[in-house]
Amino acid sequence: MTSFMSRKDFILFAGFTIVVLLLPILAAPFGAAYPDLLQRFMIYGIFAVGFNILFGLTGYLSFGHAAFFGVGSYAAMWSFKLLSINALPALIFAVIIAGLFALAIGYVSLRRSGIYFSILTLAFAQMSYNLAYSVLTPITNGETGLRMTLQDPRALDRLFFEASPGAPVPSIFGMSLSGWNGFYFTALFMIATFFLAMRINNSPFGMMLKGIKSNQNRMNYTGFNTRPYTLTAFVISGMLAGLAGALLVVTDPLAGAERMRWTASGEVVLMTILGGVGTLVGPVIGAMMIKYFENIFSSFNANVLNNFYSFLPDGVREVMVTISSKFVGEGWHLSLGLIFVLIVMFLPGGVMEGVRRIAASFNRRANGNKAEARVATAPAE
Amino acid sequence: MHPQNNVVLHVADVHKRFGGLHALADIDLQVEEGKTHAIIGPNGAGKSTLLNVIIGRLPPTSGAVIFDGTILTGKKPHEINQLGVARVFQTPEIFSDLSVLQNVMTPAFARRDGAFKINMFRQVDNEHEIREEAEAMLEDVGLISRREVHAGALSRGDKRRLELAMCLIQKPRLLLLDEPTAGMSRHDTNTTIELLKKIKARGMTKIIIEHDMHVVFSLADKISVLAGGRIIAEGLPEEVRGDPRVQEAYLGGAH
Ligand SMILES: Nc1ncnc2c1ncn2[C@@H]1O[C@H](COP(=O)(O)OP(=O)(O)OP(=O)(O)O)[C@@H](O)[C@H]1O
Ligand SMILES: [Mg+2]
Repeated sequence: MTSFMSRKDFILFAGFTIVVLLLPILAAPFGAAYPDLLQRFMIYGIFAVGFNILFGLTGYLSFGHAAFFGVGSYAAMWSFKLLSINALPALIFAVIIAGLFALAIGYVSLRRSGIYFSILTLAFAQMSYNLAYSVLTPITNGETGLRMTLQDPRALDRLFFEASPGAPVPSIFGMSLSGWNGFYFTALFMIATFFLAMRINNSPFGMMLKGIKSNQNRMNYTGFNTRPYTLTAFVISGMLAGLAGALLVVTDPLAGAERMRWTASGEVVLMTILGGVGTLVGPVIGAMMIKYFENIFSSFNANVLNNFYSFLPDGVREVMVTISSKFVGEGWHLSLGLIFVLIVMFLPGGVMEGVRRIAASFNRRANGNKAEARVATAPAE
Repeated sequence: MHPQNNVVLHVADVHKRFGGLHALADIDLQVEEGKTHAIIGPNGAGKSTLLNVIIGRLPPTSGAVIFDGTILTGKKPHEINQLGVARVFQTPEIFSDLSVLQNVMTPAFARRDGAFKINMFRQVDNEHEIREEAEAMLEDVGLISRREVHAGALSRGDKRRLELAMCLIQKPRLLLLDEPTAGMSRHDTNTTIELLKKIKARGMTKIIIEHDMHVVFSLADKISVLAGGRIIAEGLPEEVRGDPRVQEAYLGGAH
């Protein structure tokens, strides 16, 4: 263990694994302990951790990662339709296709940096969205979205068995992936992704990426060819986005173009910033928070609000319901925007910075101001 | 004249124009292996521009730079560094967000692994050799006690010493120093002079730009005087010191 993983990393990884596997219990007090929501936590957690490998380590802010997520979804769906309802080939296929896609888009976009890079990625993602929505309808089934049908060829499956009766659903070697199985399946990939991110973060490669974020010029004058480094990070994060997109199709077998919209690209940026850019667990926390609040806020409607404000006199209640209803249901993005503004204003380092500050103040109380110096000088995780 | 058969860097007929400004005109400079070549001159003379042309940050308008038989002109900065040319900048270029130790380890990786290597399956914690080398380097420049500090939190003088360490750990064949002691206390300046003398003994070729004549005369084997983009005088320190054109350029340019 000593040469494979430091003690600190081992504790972090073990802790993360335990928390993820115990989520069905830990999320219960929040009313979130059902597989459909928890597996979305995992899927968007993977998406955000992958995104953070690019944004958190190199500082390149992509506004188009939903394209890779969407490509992963379509690729997985085609694997279900053409090859097999087994999730494994679908995931592999999706990761490869998303990786190739990221290679092409990254190759062009990374010729620029800063805002121009962001705009290029945004433009490519919007192009992909429009293609999926209209031109490529034979591949994407446009507006309706792509789903599995009884008529699908599923060549691999038919080699081995008769087509089973009833609507096809994704499975893994015959085991159903619905319900809790689906959650544990996605959780496994979340843990693996976290492990990968941790290894990259602590590797010389990760240090080079942080060097690029800190001072790209110095990297060049130090003898590094920075472009292949950023491209590798871009492709890895694109592949993980593709994996997340494929997992979403595994658990909810419908691939639609709206997953490639710029709002979806923006969402993963928010998740990462909300949790803490450049931290290991931050993006996972950000993803869970956004998916959790989305779930709560978007389920509210006028009825629920009326009940909530039932203690108020009639006139006041109506005003409150009208105002609040703008922030819930369809309008939940307004609430998301507000949360985001508050975080960026008061905790620019995201939730993880809050955690660090609280830990620091505890340390300070515990051993005087000895810890203060340590906090001020500790390089960011 | 001095024998010029072991010239390692040749700046040949370089011109650099910025629009109407002739920042470098007709520069011909030969630096001999193992020597310390000082470039002095008033503010705005074109000294930093000359270094920018050598390391590939700026393309010359005409002319070429030849290092050890290889034409550097047209090559990318990282290729030039990999050939063995490192530079300390006038305003320190360091990794402010990384620790002091990581700042020094990073260039060591560039030397060991080349311009690009996907080494994501190793862990920095296991790179004992590079770490020890970096710590020894920090010991040399007197920053070892600050190795875990964020480099951005260092004083200006310490940032320069850090940048020097980052260059030295690469064991470059040619080291370019753009005012390496500016902003340092007298004591730190003297420590730096001692350090530079020590590496000179190891045979590293250096070009040093410096306003501090104490530093120049303690280190230089040869001095070129740049004024208005031209080399107006060149020679051994004692020759240059007495040259009336030099005194005029300095007095005329600086006041
Ligand atoms: N990238 C650039 N674009 C336009 N003009 C430039 C550029 N770089 C330098 N100059 C100009 O070229 C001239 C020479 O600048 P340079 O920085 O080489 O002087 P220097 O000798 O290093 O001066 P100092 O002692 O102040 O550092 C100055 O007039 C400067 O304004
Ligand atoms: Mg200068």
